[in-house]
Amino acid sequence: MKIQSLFLACAACCGLSITSAHAQLRVEITGAGANRLPIAIADFAGDRTITQGLTSVIRTDLDGSGMFRLIDGVGTLSDNTNPPFADLKQRGADAVAGGTTTASNNGRFETRVRLSDVIKQNTLDMQAYVHTGAQLRATAHRIADAIYEKLTGEPGVFSTRIAYVVKSTGRFELQIADADGANAQPALASREPIISPTWSPDGSKLAYVSFEAKKPIIYIHDLATAKRHVAANFKGSNSAPAWAPDGKRLAVVLTKEGGSQLFLVNADGSGVKRLASSSGIDTEPRFSPDGQFIYFTSDRGGSPQIYRIATTGGTVERITFDGSYNVTARPSPDGKSLAYIARNNGRFQLALMDLATKQTQILTDSSKDESPSFAPNGRMILYATEIGGRGVLAAVSSDGRVKQKLSVQAADVREPAWGPLVK
Amino acid sequence: MRTLSPRTVTLLSATFLAFLLTACGSQPPAPEQNPSGVESRNPSVIETTPISPATTTPGEAIDPLSMKALRDPNSPLSKRSIYFDFDSYVVKDEHQSLLVAHSKFLAAHANMKMLIQGNADERGSREYNLALGQKRSDAIKKALSLLGISESQMESVSLGEEKPTCTEATEECWAQNRRGDILYSGEF
Repeated sequence: MKIQSLFLACAACCGLSITSAHAQLRVEITGAGANRLPIAIADFAGDRTITQGLTSVIRTDLDGSGMFRLIDGVGTLSDNTNPPFADLKQRGADAVAGGTTTASNNGRFETRVRLSDVIKQNTLDMQAYVHTGAQLRATAHRIADAIYEKLTGEPGVFSTRIAYVVKSTGRFELQIADADGANAQPALASREPIISPTWSPDGSKLAYVSFEAKKPIIYIHDLATAKRHVAANFKGSNSAPAWAPDGKRLAVVLTKEGGSQLFLVNADGSGVKRLASSSGIDTEPRFSPDGQFIYFTSDRGGSPQIYRIATTGGTVERITFDGSYNVTARPSPDGKSLAYIARNNGRFQLALMDLATKQTQILTDSSKDESPSFAPNGRMILYATEIGGRGVLAAVSSDGRVKQKLSVQAADVREPAWGPLVK
Repeated sequence: MRTLSPRTVTLLSATFLAFLLTACGSQPPAPEQNPSGVESRNPSVIETTPISPATTTPGEAIDPLSMKALRDPNSPLSKRSIYFDFDSYVVKDEHQSLLVAHSKFLAAHANMKMLIQGNADERGSREYNLALGQKRSDAIKKALSLLGISESQMESVSLGEEKPTCTEATEECWAQNRRGDILYSGEF
């Protein structure tokens, strides 16, 4: 159900930052949405050492999404008491979540959450979560996802993960972290560069390009087992892996037949076949969500522009026409728009095109944007940029209103990839 | 073009400077530069089968086509980098004599293989820059094959913008990174 009443205009910017004990990334929200749903996340009843951790993460998640405005000061509300609707209405809340955490067997806890519509004074959702103390953040993200989905009609992405590359002196690390930057874990460390990580559609693997053998080779890395295999190591360069939506094939760029050209290859490295041909550069392939098209960068028209070709091959259609440098196409999860990097007066900026109208909006005011990656609900776009000469990750809402910055202390972060929804 | 304040410069490590953005514009490389990509790489990683360094005593002549010549600073074979103009993928005439020297070496050592690594400056997309670096290594490979070297003895690859030898955000630096490097068996 979608609450549509009383969306309040809020032009205020939030200056919020969070760091957990394990957080590698620092999240700073530098802008906020214009229309944010006012919601109160009450203090949950039960062991405060647990419930404070839960509600803190839930609030930060919802606030950081730019979709909600948090109403403070409503006190404690359990899942089985009626919310003080009159008081909540007076405070301007449209929705309220209360909850109770109780200890159950073997050090486990059960947290029950009730989400209520303050205007209609009814219950929207009741959920119970069984978890350990160590699963506090994960549980809070799941609760925030449920609240987000109930109130916006779209899935929340707080339980998803992101991958990115951290460069420190003489060392490159491919890291996986929660979408809020917490719980960063290295998946691969190397003395040579790692680029172009991309998630398999089921979130179990990453494909990436590693230079550890003095040339670019595409690997597929299973995150649960930390085992990996070569997906493409032909003579010449092997790069720019992109998963097909079914996870069985990848589009890749190989130079084995001369020039950087598009090929399709099975995920086990077999069955390589040519997809397109040009006398120049074809690179940065990316499947449309329905698997029908592959968007890519090509200089076949004289300058790098974005084109698309049917996955079965055939005619190539040019997509971008404005400017002399449009690269790194990323179709949105609904297939309706295309994020890419456009050069404007020497500045490389994140742009978003409505594929039906071809209308384009520049989403950032930075000048070295790279590697855009959509959140799986399409609401935010994660990208790499540079602030103060250092690589940072930033995210912007697809309407350009909400901006977030994620940076690692004393390191250079690049090549972000937002993982799929957690099933 | 963006300039950095002295304070900013001191705050940043040389590594981070490698990734600084500046707007377009460039100039040809300085004539005297000789930053070898081979020398900048870590020996313990790269030299899986080390080539003996040239141990010459004054007055001793080195066979110009011997393995030792690869490391002899007096030999053209020790020069391993070919520089390209901005947005250019054409091997300039000034590098032709160097390529001739390397083609003679390859012809004399049929069991030696050559890896040509193309590079690009850091502005713009990493994957597109990887493709631009490939155009440079392909151009060097083509020039060598025109000198009679078999394709099977050479491999052209790209490091894109990932391995800059010069890490400052200046046009001079970018010119040094628009480069192809030659490596021989044992060096890769």
